Amino acid sequence: MILPLIKGLALTLRRFLNPRTCVTIPYPDERPKLSARFRGLPELQIGKDGREKCVACGLCAKVCPSQCIYVEGAEDETHRRYPKIYELDAFRCIFCGFCEEACPVRAIILRDTFELATYQNKEIFDKEKLLDLTKKRNLPK
Amino acid sequence: MNKELFAYLVIACVKILLVFGTIQLMVISMIWLERKIMAHMQVRLGPMRVGPHGLLQPIADGIKLLFKEDIIPEKASKLLFVLAPAMAMIPALITFAVIPFGDKVKILGYNVDLVITDINIGFLYVFAVSSLGIYGIVMAGWASNNKYSLLGGIRSSAQMISYELTLGLSLIGVVMLTESLSLVDVVNAQGKLWNIVLQPLGFFIYFTSAIAEVNRCPFDLPEAESELVAGYHTEYSSMKFAMFFMAEYANMITVSAIAVTFFLGGWHGPFLPPVVWFMLKLSGCLFFFIWIRSTFPRLRYDQLMHLGWKFLLPLSLLNILITGLIMVIKG
Repeated sequence: MILPLIKGLALTLRRFLNPRTCVTIPYPDERPKLSARFRGLPELQIGKDGREKCVACGLCAKVCPSQCIYVEGAEDETHRRYPKIYELDAFRCIFCGFCEEACPVRAIILRDTFELATYQNKEIFDKEKLLDLTKKRNLPK
Repeated sequence: MNKELFAYLVIACVKILLVFGTIQLMVISMIWLERKIMAHMQVRLGPMRVGPHGLLQPIADGIKLLFKEDIIPEKASKLLFVLAPAMAMIPALITFAVIPFGDKVKILGYNVDLVITDINIGFLYVFAVSSLGIYGIVMAGWASNNKYSLLGGIRSSAQMISYELTLGLSLIGVVMLTESLSLVDVVNAQGKLWNIVLQPLGFFIYFTSAIAEVNRCPFDLPEAESELVAGYHTEYSSMKFAMFFMAEYANMITVSAIAVTFFLGGWHGPFLPPVVWFMLKLSGCLFFFIWIRSTFPRLRYDQLMHLGWKFLLPLSLLNILITGLIMVIKG
Protein backbone atom coordinates (compact mmCIF):
# COMPACT_ATOMS: atom_id res chain seq x y z
CA MET A 1 0.00 0.00 0.00
CA ILE A 2 2.80 2.40 0.84
CA LEU A 3 5.15 1.60 -2.06
CA PRO A 4 2.93 2.97 -4.87
CA LEU A 5 2.47 6.16 -2.86
CA ILE A 6 6.25 6.58 -2.61
CA LYS A 7 6.60 5.89 -6.33
CA GLY A 8 4.09 8.64 -7.05
CA LEU A 9 5.91 11.08 -4.78
CA ALA A 10 9.22 10.23 -6.48
CA LEU A 11 7.73 10.98 -9.89
CA THR A 12 6.38 14.40 -8.91
CA LEU A 13 9.68 15.26 -7.23
CA ARG A 14 11.63 14.33 -10.37
CA ARG A 15 9.38 16.59 -12.44
CA PHE A 16 9.80 19.39 -9.92
CA LEU A 17 13.59 19.15 -9.87
CA ASN A 18 13.81 19.14 -13.65
CA PRO A 19 11.89 22.20 -14.90
CA ARG A 20 12.85 21.48 -18.49
CA THR A 21 10.15 18.81 -18.68
CA CYS A 22 7.56 21.60 -18.46
CA VAL A 23 5.16 21.51 -21.42
CA THR A 24 3.49 24.92 -21.03
CA ILE A 25 4.40 27.59 -23.58
CA PRO A 26 4.21 31.19 -22.29
CA TYR A 27 2.25 31.95 -25.45
CA PRO A 28 2.44 35.59 -26.50
CA ASP A 29 6.11 35.77 -25.45
CA GLU A 30 7.03 32.49 -27.02
CA ARG A 31 5.44 31.11 -30.19
CA PRO A 32 4.42 27.49 -30.39
CA LYS A 33 6.26 25.29 -32.87
CA LEU A 34 3.62 24.29 -35.38
CA SER A 35 3.99 21.15 -37.44
CA ALA A 36 4.23 21.45 -41.23
CA ARG A 37 0.79 19.88 -41.51
CA PHE A 38 -0.87 22.35 -39.12
CA ARG A 39 -4.29 23.42 -40.39
CA GLY A 40 -4.72 27.16 -39.95
CA LEU A 41 -6.61 29.61 -42.12
CA PRO A 42 -6.85 28.55 -45.82
CA GLU A 43 -4.79 30.84 -48.04
CA LEU A 44 -5.04 31.39 -51.79
CA GLN A 45 -1.73 30.61 -53.51
CA ILE A 46 0.01 32.71 -56.14
CA GLY A 47 1.34 31.16 -59.35
CA LYS A 48 4.57 31.84 -61.26
CA ASP A 49 2.87 34.54 -63.35
CA GLY A 50 2.12 36.51 -60.17
CA ARG A 51 -1.61 35.86 -60.34
CA GLU A 52 -3.80 33.63 -58.25
CA LYS A 53 -3.56 29.94 -59.07
CA CYS A 54 -7.29 29.46 -58.57
CA VAL A 55 -9.29 28.54 -61.68
CA ALA A 56 -12.70 29.02 -60.02
CA CYS A 57 -13.83 25.44 -60.55
CA GLY A 58 -15.91 25.63 -57.36
CA LEU A 59 -14.85 22.23 -56.00
CA CYS A 60 -13.76 23.78 -52.71
CA ALA A 61 -17.14 25.42 -52.23
CA LYS A 62 -18.84 22.13 -53.10
CA VAL A 63 -16.82 19.98 -50.69
CA CYS A 64 -16.82 22.46 -47.80
CA PRO A 65 -18.90 20.87 -44.98
CA SER A 66 -19.63 24.19 -43.30
CA GLN A 67 -20.31 25.92 -46.62
CA CYS A 68 -18.11 28.84 -45.80
CA ILE A 69 -16.62 29.34 -49.30
CA TYR A 70 -18.33 31.33 -52.05
CA VAL A 71 -16.73 31.40 -55.51
CA GLU A 72 -17.87 33.26 -58.59
CA GLY A 73 -15.74 32.59 -61.64
CA ALA A 74 -15.01 34.69 -64.72
CA GLU A 75 -12.85 34.51 -67.82
CA ASP A 76 -10.19 37.01 -68.83
CA GLU A 77 -9.18 38.01 -72.41
CA THR A 78 -6.81 35.01 -72.73
CA HIS A 79 -9.70 32.70 -71.79
CA ARG A 80 -8.10 31.83 -68.48
CA ARG A 81 -10.65 31.26 -65.76
CA TYR A 82 -10.14 33.18 -62.54
CA PRO A 83 -12.29 33.84 -59.46
CA LYS A 84 -14.05 37.19 -59.74
CA ILE A 85 -15.29 36.79 -56.19
CA TYR A 86 -13.73 34.44 -53.69
CA GLU A 87 -15.02 34.73 -50.15
CA LEU A 88 -14.16 32.65 -47.11
CA ASP A 89 -16.24 33.08 -43.98
CA ALA A 90 -13.66 32.63 -41.22
CA PHE A 91 -16.47 32.45 -38.68
CA ARG A 92 -17.87 29.29 -40.23
CA CYS A 93 -14.65 27.63 -41.35
CA ILE A 94 -13.87 24.50 -39.32
CA PHE A 95 -10.31 24.11 -40.67
CA CYS A 96 -11.00 20.61 -41.96
CA GLY A 97 -8.77 20.99 -45.00
CA PHE A 98 -11.22 19.41 -47.44
CA CYS A 99 -10.88 22.42 -49.77
CA GLU A 100 -7.13 21.82 -49.94
CA GLU A 101 -7.72 18.15 -50.74
CA ALA A 102 -10.34 18.88 -53.37
CA CYS A 103 -8.41 21.62 -55.20
CA PRO A 104 -7.05 20.29 -58.54
CA VAL A 105 -4.42 23.05 -58.89
CA ARG A 106 -3.30 23.37 -55.24
CA ALA A 107 -4.55 26.95 -55.19
CA ILE A 108 -5.83 26.84 -51.60
CA ILE A 109 -3.64 25.60 -48.77
CA LEU A 110 -4.20 25.68 -45.00
CA ARG A 111 -1.17 27.35 -43.44
CA ASP A 112 -0.22 28.41 -39.92
CA THR A 113 -2.42 31.50 -39.39
CA PHE A 114 -4.43 30.79 -36.27
CA GLU A 115 -4.83 34.14 -34.48
CA LEU A 116 -8.24 35.02 -35.89
CA ALA A 117 -9.93 36.79 -32.99
CA THR A 118 -11.85 39.92 -34.02
CA TYR A 119 -14.12 42.54 -32.51
CA GLN A 120 -16.83 41.98 -35.12
CA ASN A 121 -19.34 39.17 -35.15
CA LYS A 122 -18.60 38.61 -38.82
CA GLU A 123 -15.35 38.05 -40.58
CA ILE A 124 -15.21 37.35 -44.26
CA PHE A 125 -11.87 37.00 -46.00
CA ASP A 126 -12.25 38.07 -49.61
CA LYS A 127 -9.85 37.26 -52.44
CA GLU A 128 -7.53 40.19 -51.77
CA LYS A 129 -7.15 39.35 -48.10
CA LEU A 130 -6.56 35.67 -48.79
CA LEU A 131 -3.92 36.51 -51.40
CA ASP A 132 -2.30 39.07 -49.11
CA LEU A 133 -1.60 36.36 -46.59
CA THR A 134 0.48 34.53 -49.19
CA LYS A 135 2.09 37.74 -50.46
CA LYS A 136 3.23 38.64 -46.95
CA ARG A 137 4.71 35.18 -46.61
CA ASN A 138 6.68 35.57 -49.85
CA LEU A 139 8.20 38.89 -48.80
CA PRO A 140 11.89 38.68 -47.91
CA LYS A 141 12.28 38.94 -44.13
CA MET B 1 4.36 51.13 36.72
CA ASN B 2 7.46 49.29 37.81
CA LYS B 3 10.18 48.71 35.30
CA GLU B 4 10.22 44.91 35.32
CA LEU B 5 6.51 44.59 34.53
CA PHE B 6 6.74 47.20 31.80
CA ALA B 7 9.65 45.39 30.15
CA TYR B 8 7.77 42.11 30.41
CA LEU B 9 4.71 43.57 28.70
CA VAL B 10 6.73 45.19 25.92
CA ILE B 11 8.64 41.96 25.24
CA ALA B 12 5.41 39.96 25.17
CA CYS B 13 3.73 42.40 22.76
CA VAL B 14 6.73 42.47 20.46
CA LYS B 15 6.86 38.67 20.40
CA ILE B 16 3.14 38.42 19.61
CA LEU B 17 3.37 40.96 16.78
CA LEU B 18 6.48 39.29 15.41
CA VAL B 19 4.95 35.81 15.41
CA PHE B 20 1.60 36.85 13.95
CA GLY B 21 3.28 39.02 11.35
CA THR B 22 5.51 36.16 10.34
CA ILE B 23 2.55 33.80 10.03
CA GLN B 24 0.66 36.24 7.82
CA LEU B 25 3.72 36.72 5.65
CA MET B 26 4.17 32.97 5.42
CA VAL B 27 0.53 32.54 4.43
CA ILE B 28 0.98 34.99 1.57
CA SER B 29 4.20 33.42 0.36
CA MET B 30 2.71 29.94 0.77
CA ILE B 31 -0.08 30.79 -1.67
CA TRP B 32 2.48 31.71 -4.32
CA LEU B 33 4.83 28.84 -3.49
CA GLU B 34 2.05 26.28 -3.53
CA ARG B 35 0.84 27.35 -6.95
CA LYS B 36 4.38 27.45 -8.31
CA ILE B 37 5.61 24.16 -6.81
CA MET B 38 2.43 22.33 -7.68
CA ALA B 39 2.59 23.64 -11.24
CA HIS B 40 6.15 22.45 -11.74
CA MET B 41 5.35 19.04 -10.27
CA GLN B 42 2.48 18.74 -12.72
CA VAL B 43 4.69 19.82 -15.65
CA ARG B 44 3.11 23.28 -15.87
CA LEU B 45 4.48 26.78 -15.29
CA GLY B 46 1.96 28.28 -12.88
CA PRO B 47 1.43 32.04 -12.54
CA MET B 48 3.88 33.94 -14.76
CA ARG B 49 2.21 37.27 -15.56
CA VAL B 50 2.02 39.35 -12.38
CA GLY B 51 5.58 40.34 -11.55
CA PRO B 52 8.62 38.18 -12.28
CA HIS B 53 7.47 34.55 -12.30
CA GLY B 54 4.10 35.61 -10.87
CA LEU B 55 5.68 36.76 -7.62
CA LEU B 56 3.02 39.42 -7.04
CA GLN B 57 0.13 37.04 -7.71
CA PRO B 58 -0.99 36.71 -4.04
CA ILE B 59 -1.11 40.52 -3.74
CA ALA B 60 -3.12 40.78 -6.95
CA ASP B 61 -5.48 38.10 -5.63
CA GLY B 62 -5.82 39.95 -2.34
CA ILE B 63 -6.65 43.25 -4.04
CA LYS B 64 -9.16 41.52 -6.29
CA LEU B 65 -10.90 39.92 -3.32
CA LEU B 66 -10.97 43.23 -1.44
CA PHE B 67 -12.81 44.94 -4.28
CA LYS B 68 -15.35 42.16 -4.75
CA GLU B 69 -18.91 42.61 -3.61
CA ASP B 70 -19.47 41.22 -0.13
CA ILE B 71 -22.64 39.15 -0.47
CA ILE B 72 -24.63 37.85 2.48
CA PRO B 73 -27.47 35.55 1.37
CA GLU B 74 -30.92 36.82 2.29
CA LYS B 75 -31.96 33.76 4.27
CA ALA B 76 -28.57 33.29 5.94
CA SER B 77 -28.17 33.46 9.68
CA LYS B 78 -26.42 36.81 9.60
CA LEU B 79 -24.51 36.78 12.88
CA LEU B 80 -23.09 33.28 12.44
CA PHE B 81 -22.41 33.92 8.79
CA VAL B 82 -20.21 36.90 9.64
CA LEU B 83 -18.66 35.23 12.67
CA ALA B 84 -17.66 31.98 10.94
CA PRO B 85 -14.60 33.18 8.97
CA ALA B 86 -13.11 34.69 12.10
CA MET B 87 -13.83 31.49 14.02
CA ALA B 88 -11.90 29.56 11.40
CA MET B 89 -8.96 31.95 11.35
CA ILE B 90 -8.32 32.72 15.03
CA PRO B 91 -7.68 29.21 16.43
CA ALA B 92 -5.03 28.64 13.78
CA LEU B 93 -3.22 31.79 14.91
CA ILE B 94 -3.48 31.45 18.69
CA THR B 95 -2.10 27.91 18.70
CA PHE B 96 1.23 29.55 17.99
CA ALA B 97 1.23 31.09 21.47
CA VAL B 98 2.83 27.97 22.96
CA ILE B 99 5.15 26.91 20.14
CA PRO B 100 8.81 27.59 20.93
CA PHE B 101 10.68 28.89 17.90
CA GLY B 102 14.12 29.50 19.38
CA ASP B 103 16.44 29.25 22.37
CA LYS B 104 16.73 31.83 25.15
CA VAL B 105 18.36 35.01 23.88
CA LYS B 106 19.70 38.05 25.73
CA ILE B 107 18.36 41.33 24.36
CA LEU B 108 19.35 44.62 26.12
CA GLY B 109 20.10 42.75 29.31
CA TYR B 110 16.79 40.91 29.42
CA ASN B 111 16.50 37.15 29.09
CA VAL B 112 13.93 36.53 26.40
CA ASP B 113 12.45 33.11 25.74
CA LEU B 114 11.64 32.74 22.06
CA VAL B 115 8.15 31.45 22.75
CA ILE B 116 5.16 33.68 23.42
CA THR B 117 4.23 31.82 26.58
CA ASP B 118 5.40 28.57 28.12
CA ILE B 119 2.41 27.01 29.88
CA ASN B 120 2.79 23.65 31.58
CA ILE B 121 -0.25 22.18 29.78
CA GLY B 122 0.84 23.35 26.31
CA PHE B 123 -0.09 20.01 24.75
CA LEU B 124 -3.69 20.22 26.01
CA TYR B 125 -3.90 23.90 25.01
CA VAL B 126 -2.89 23.08 21.43
CA PHE B 127 -5.62 20.51 21.08
CA ALA B 128 -8.26 22.51 22.91
CA VAL B 129 -7.69 25.47 20.61
CA SER B 130 -7.24 23.63 17.34
CA SER B 131 -10.55 21.79 17.88
CA LEU B 132 -12.28 25.17 17.91
CA GLY B 133 -11.41 25.54 14.23
CA ILE B 134 -14.18 23.05 13.41
CA TYR B 135 -16.78 25.50 14.73
CA GLY B 136 -15.89 28.02 12.07
CA ILE B 137 -16.48 25.50 9.31
CA VAL B 138 -19.68 24.04 10.78
CA MET B 139 -21.06 27.51 11.43
CA ALA B 140 -20.22 28.60 7.89
CA GLY B 141 -21.95 25.53 6.47
CA TRP B 142 -25.05 25.95 8.59
CA ALA B 143 -25.41 29.73 8.43
CA SER B 144 -25.20 29.85 4.63
CA ASN B 145 -28.65 28.21 4.35
CA ASN B 146 -27.45 26.22 1.38
CA LYS B 147 -27.63 22.44 1.04
CA TYR B 148 -24.16 22.05 -0.41
CA SER B 149 -22.61 24.22 2.24
CA LEU B 150 -24.40 22.29 4.97
CA LEU B 151 -23.22 18.96 3.56
CA GLY B 152 -19.70 20.32 3.32
CA GLY B 153 -19.86 21.53 6.90
CA ILE B 154 -21.19 18.18 8.16
CA ARG B 155 -18.54 16.23 6.29
CA SER B 156 -15.91 18.51 7.60
CA SER B 157 -16.97 18.17 11.22
CA ALA B 158 -17.21 14.36 10.93
CA GLN B 159 -13.77 14.21 9.37
CA MET B 160 -12.12 16.56 11.81
CA ILE B 161 -13.62 14.87 14.87
CA SER B 162 -12.49 11.43 13.63
CA TYR B 163 -8.97 12.53 12.94
CA GLU B 164 -8.58 14.69 16.03
CA LEU B 165 -8.59 11.47 18.02
CA THR B 166 -5.66 9.91 16.17
CA LEU B 167 -3.93 13.27 16.08
CA GLY B 168 -3.97 13.47 19.87
CA LEU B 169 -3.07 9.80 20.39
CA SER B 170 -0.13 9.97 17.99
CA LEU B 171 1.48 12.62 20.19
CA ILE B 172 0.93 10.71 23.46
CA GLY B 173 4.05 8.64 22.73
CA VAL B 174 6.17 11.79 22.69
CA VAL B 175 4.56 13.07 25.86
CA MET B 176 5.31 9.71 27.54
CA LEU B 177 8.97 9.97 26.56
CA THR B 178 9.27 13.59 27.69
CA GLU B 179 7.13 13.16 30.82
CA SER B 180 5.89 16.71 30.40
CA LEU B 181 3.02 18.49 28.65
CA SER B 182 5.00 21.68 28.14
CA LEU B 183 6.13 22.22 24.56
CA VAL B 184 9.34 23.88 25.74
CA ASP B 185 10.25 20.72 27.67
CA VAL B 186 9.42 18.60 24.63
CA VAL B 187 11.87 20.61 22.52
CA ASN B 188 14.57 20.68 25.22
CA ALA B 189 14.39 16.88 25.53
CA GLN B 190 15.27 16.57 21.82
CA GLY B 191 18.69 18.24 22.10
CA LYS B 192 20.56 15.02 21.34
CA LEU B 193 18.08 12.89 19.44
CA TRP B 194 14.98 13.96 17.53
CA ASN B 195 11.77 12.23 18.46
CA ILE B 196 11.20 11.10 14.89
CA VAL B 197 13.95 8.50 15.46
CA LEU B 198 12.23 7.20 18.59
CA GLN B 199 8.69 7.57 17.29
CA PRO B 200 8.69 6.99 13.52
CA LEU B 201 5.25 5.41 13.62
CA GLY B 202 3.95 8.28 15.73
CA PHE B 203 5.26 10.79 13.19
CA PHE B 204 3.64 8.91 10.31
CA ILE B 205 0.28 8.79 12.08
CA TYR B 206 0.55 12.42 13.16
CA PHE B 207 1.32 13.69 9.68
CA THR B 208 -1.43 11.67 8.00
CA SER B 209 -4.08 12.80 10.44
CA ALA B 210 -2.73 16.37 10.36
CA ILE B 211 -3.38 16.50 6.62
CA ALA B 212 -6.91 15.24 7.24
CA GLU B 213 -7.34 17.66 10.12
CA VAL B 214 -6.61 20.72 8.02
CA ASN B 215 -8.75 19.39 5.14
CA ARG B 216 -5.94 19.22 2.64
CA CYS B 217 -5.65 17.02 -0.38
CA PRO B 218 -5.95 13.95 -0.44
CA PHE B 219 -8.42 14.47 2.40
CA ASP B 220 -10.06 17.65 1.10
CA LEU B 221 -13.55 16.19 1.03
CA PRO B 222 -15.26 19.17 2.67
CA GLU B 223 -14.61 21.16 -0.47
CA ALA B 224 -14.88 18.38 -3.03
CA GLU B 225 -15.63 20.61 -6.01
CA SER B 226 -17.13 17.85 -8.11
CA GLU B 227 -19.74 16.98 -5.47
CA LEU B 228 -20.30 19.98 -3.23
CA VAL B 229 -19.62 23.00 -5.47
CA ALA B 230 -17.10 24.43 -3.00
CA GLY B 231 -18.26 22.95 0.30
CA TYR B 232 -18.78 25.10 3.35
CA HIS B 233 -17.60 28.35 1.70
CA THR B 234 -19.85 28.19 -1.38
CA GLU B 235 -21.82 31.28 -0.32
CA TYR B 236 -18.84 33.32 0.80
CA SER B 237 -17.32 36.07 -1.28
CA SER B 238 -14.86 38.91 -0.97
CA MET B 239 -12.71 39.11 2.17
CA LYS B 240 -14.82 36.57 4.05
CA PHE B 241 -13.77 33.99 1.50
CA ALA B 242 -10.20 35.22 1.76
CA MET B 243 -10.36 34.63 5.51
CA PHE B 244 -11.27 30.96 4.98
CA PHE B 245 -8.53 30.70 2.41
CA MET B 246 -5.98 32.19 4.78
CA ALA B 247 -7.29 30.05 7.64
CA GLU B 248 -6.56 26.92 5.62
CA TYR B 249 -2.96 28.00 5.10
CA ALA B 250 -2.54 29.23 8.68
CA ASN B 251 -3.82 25.85 9.88
CA MET B 252 -1.30 24.13 7.68
CA ILE B 253 1.51 26.21 9.16
CA THR B 254 0.24 25.48 12.66
CA VAL B 255 0.12 21.69 12.29
CA SER B 256 3.54 21.80 10.62
CA ALA B 257 4.90 23.81 13.54
CA ILE B 258 3.50 21.21 15.95
CA ALA B 259 5.10 18.44 13.89
CA VAL B 260 8.43 20.28 14.06
CA THR B 261 8.09 20.82 17.81
CA PHE B 262 7.10 17.29 18.71
CA PHE B 263 9.04 15.18 16.21
CA LEU B 264 11.70 17.13 14.34
CA GLY B 265 13.60 18.57 17.30
CA GLY B 266 12.05 22.04 17.34
CA TRP B 267 14.76 24.67 16.96
CA HIS B 268 17.65 22.26 17.66
CA GLY B 269 20.27 21.93 14.97
CA PRO B 270 23.98 22.46 14.37
CA PHE B 271 25.79 25.57 12.98
CA LEU B 272 22.81 27.76 12.09
CA PRO B 273 20.94 29.89 14.67
CA PRO B 274 17.91 28.18 16.28
CA VAL B 275 15.26 30.40 14.66
CA VAL B 276 16.67 29.61 11.22
CA TRP B 277 16.56 25.91 11.99
CA PHE B 278 12.96 26.18 13.10
CA MET B 279 11.99 28.00 9.90
CA LEU B 280 13.89 25.50 7.76
CA LYS B 281 12.12 22.53 9.32
CA LEU B 282 8.79 24.31 9.07
CA SER B 283 9.36 25.01 5.38
CA GLY B 284 10.29 21.36 4.87
CA CYS B 285 6.99 20.25 6.39
CA LEU B 286 5.03 22.76 4.32
CA PHE B 287 6.80 21.60 1.17
CA PHE B 288 5.72 18.08 2.03
CA PHE B 289 2.09 19.25 2.26
CA ILE B 290 2.29 20.75 -1.22
CA TRP B 291 4.15 17.73 -2.53
CA ILE B 292 1.42 15.42 -1.31
CA ARG B 293 -1.29 17.64 -2.70
CA SER B 294 0.19 17.63 -6.18
CA THR B 295 0.64 13.86 -6.19
CA PHE B 296 -2.34 12.06 -4.71
CA PRO B 297 -5.98 11.91 -5.80
CA ARG B 298 -8.77 12.57 -3.31
CA LEU B 299 -10.06 9.71 -1.16
CA ARG B 300 -13.67 8.61 -1.24
CA TYR B 301 -15.65 9.44 1.89
CA ASP B 302 -15.96 5.85 3.17
CA GLN B 303 -12.26 5.25 2.47
CA LEU B 304 -11.49 8.29 4.56
CA MET B 305 -13.50 6.99 7.51
CA HIS B 306 -12.03 3.48 7.14
CA LEU B 307 -8.52 4.88 7.13
CA GLY B 308 -9.22 6.99 10.21
CA TRP B 309 -11.10 4.56 12.43
CA LYS B 310 -9.92 1.13 11.28
CA PHE B 311 -6.30 1.79 10.42
CA LEU B 312 -4.84 4.91 12.02
CA LEU B 313 -6.65 4.69 15.36
CA PRO B 314 -5.56 1.08 16.17
CA LEU B 315 -2.10 1.92 14.90
CA SER B 316 -1.79 4.90 17.21
CA LEU B 317 -2.94 2.78 20.16
CA LEU B 318 -0.34 0.18 19.18
CA ASN B 319 2.27 2.93 19.09
CA ILE B 320 1.40 3.92 22.66
CA LEU B 321 1.55 0.26 23.75
CA ILE B 322 4.97 -0.32 22.19
CA THR B 323 6.33 2.93 23.62
CA GLY B 324 5.05 1.97 27.07
CA LEU B 325 6.51 -1.56 26.86
CA ILE B 326 9.94 -0.31 25.83
CA MET B 327 9.90 2.31 28.58
CA VAL B 328 9.04 -0.36 31.19
CA ILE B 329 11.72 -2.76 29.93
CA LYS B 330 14.37 -0.03 29.87
CA GLY B 331 13.23 1.17 33.27
